[in-house]
Amino acid sequence: MVESVKESNSSNISNKNIKPIVEYKKVHKSFGDVEVLKGLDLNIFPGEKVALIGPSGSGKTTIIRMLMTLEQPTSGEIIVDGKNLWHMEKNGKLVPASEKHLREVRGDIGMVFQHFNLFPHMTILQNCMTAPVQVQKEDKESAKKRSIEMLEKVGLGDKLDNYPNQLSGGQKQRVAMARALVMRPKIMLFDEVTSALDPELVGEVLEVIRDIAKEGEMAMVLVTHEMDFALEVADRVIFLDDGVIAEEGKPSEVLEESNNERLQQFLYRFRS
Amino acid sequence: MIIINAMIEVFPVLMKGINITITVFIFSSIFSYIFAFIAGLCRVSNNRLVRGGTSIYVEIFRGTSLIVQLFWLYYAIPMLFDVGIDNRLAAGVLAISLNYGAYMSEIVRGSILAVDKGQTEASIALNLSRSQRMRIVIFPQAFRMMLPEFGNYLIQILKATSLVSLIGMTDILYHGNILRSTNLSAAPTVYLLLLVFYFIMALPLIFLTRKGEQISKRGVAS
Ligand SMILES: Nc1ncnc2c1ncn2[C@@H]1O[C@H](COP(=O)(O)OP(=O)(O)OP(=O)(O)O)[C@@H](O)[C@H]1O
Ligand SMILES: [Mg+2]
Repeated sequence: MVESVKESNSSNISNKNIKPIVEYKKVHKSFGDVEVLKGLDLNIFPGEKVALIGPSGSGKTTIIRMLMTLEQPTSGEIIVDGKNLWHMEKNGKLVPASEKHLREVRGDIGMVFQHFNLFPHMTILQNCMTAPVQVQKEDKESAKKRSIEMLEKVGLGDKLDNYPNQLSGGQKQRVAMARALVMRPKIMLFDEVTSALDPELVGEVLEVIRDIAKEGEMAMVLVTHEMDFALEVADRVIFLDDGVIAEEGKPSEVLEESNNERLQQFLYRFRS
Repeated sequence: MIIINAMIEVFPVLMKGINITITVFIFSSIFSYIFAFIAGLCRVSNNRLVRGGTSIYVEIFRGTSLIVQLFWLYYAIPMLFDVGIDNRLAAGVLAISLNYGAYMSEIVRGSILAVDKGQTEASIALNLSRSQRMRIVIFPQAFRMMLPEFGNYLIQILKATSLVSLIGMTDILYHGNILRSTNLSAAPTVYLLLLVFYFIMALPLIFLTRKGEQISKRGVAS
């Protein structure tokens, strides 16, 4: 199986002498006695759109949460843009990362959550401009201007002064995306961002992701159950099963041509 | 007629203590809040020692009687250590504030912990620092949750101020007691009026508490 992973990796278009922006190296993750990830090796390249699929509990969320520093790997390394995320060098030795180190390395990463996690005590505009001002020390006027542009881009230019509880789920999720995007991340993580939405609101959110994906320069990791969407947007689909990558490759290969039995079963459930 | 006469006699006597009662109340409230915030934040600190030390303070002051704490501060400590508080106001305010600060720190702590975890995660994803997370995201939401309980405690602090008469501070209860001891038949009028006094002072606080509840309800829903 390791062989097949390597093969599909090297056949990937993004892999021609370009340095990956994210590398997972033999990453293990256990919760208590349960080992969720069993030695994950995964490279993500600049601008690449990766869809993570797999059965519930297979560790998709855990993979991106470790990259966002919300969960710490049990062992193994995650390298972001050449820098070790969870460890830093001190007197020639690798030691656990300090808060300062984590902040330095995760600055290029943004994330959108299943349940939006907007700040309820701030207006939509404040939700977006707080981090650029506080974290990137951008001046207020320019952060405000960019936030407004971003909110207009996701179709919420008329809601600037509203509070999150005045918005629909789809609108909230679009705000959450704008909030992440104004930070100009090089990598964006999406954790089932449509699965908490009423079905009729899913489209507007996917629309925004599709637009962002088209712009191209940002790497995106999408945990999703929307197979058609993965097929359309992703450069690479990764099927996760039992703590390892069980299948990966171009969306059409993985979703339509694979012989992997577990994958077939998994996909069958979505098509029926 | 007799009752009204009695009231006319009692009222000005009690009024002599109103300054002290209000002064003790205002200082005690301010310091209770200060202690509550400091202790509450310490109790959610990452530092084990800070957390442990603070919870000892909280448990001791919640677990023992306020009157005894007051007597300790005013009578016992100065005698034991030969330094201390020979100022009644300071002793009274300190005892009440340490005691209520301990109770209210639990509200501060509970409210901070009650803020949805997703809020912290979103602020980490936006790369806010630990202190920014607390200051900008968590605390403002926690604060709204604290308001109703904080209002209730204000009313309790007001009622607790009457204890300072026990260390000889001349608040309204003190003056009432003096009057009763010189004129036993005045007792019913004195204590009826005292109740009315405390209730009237509590009215604005009750109103504040309602306001706090409204703000609290308005603010948190996402
Ligand atoms: N904080 C945690 N504590 C204990 N167990 C956890 C924790 N987070 C995740 N797990 C467990 O780890 C496993 C993988 O979880 P994860 O959320 O990564 O799966 P997933 O692939 O995202 O699933 P889903 O499709 O249901 O979202 C699950 O069995 C889950 O119960
Ligand atoms: Mg998940």
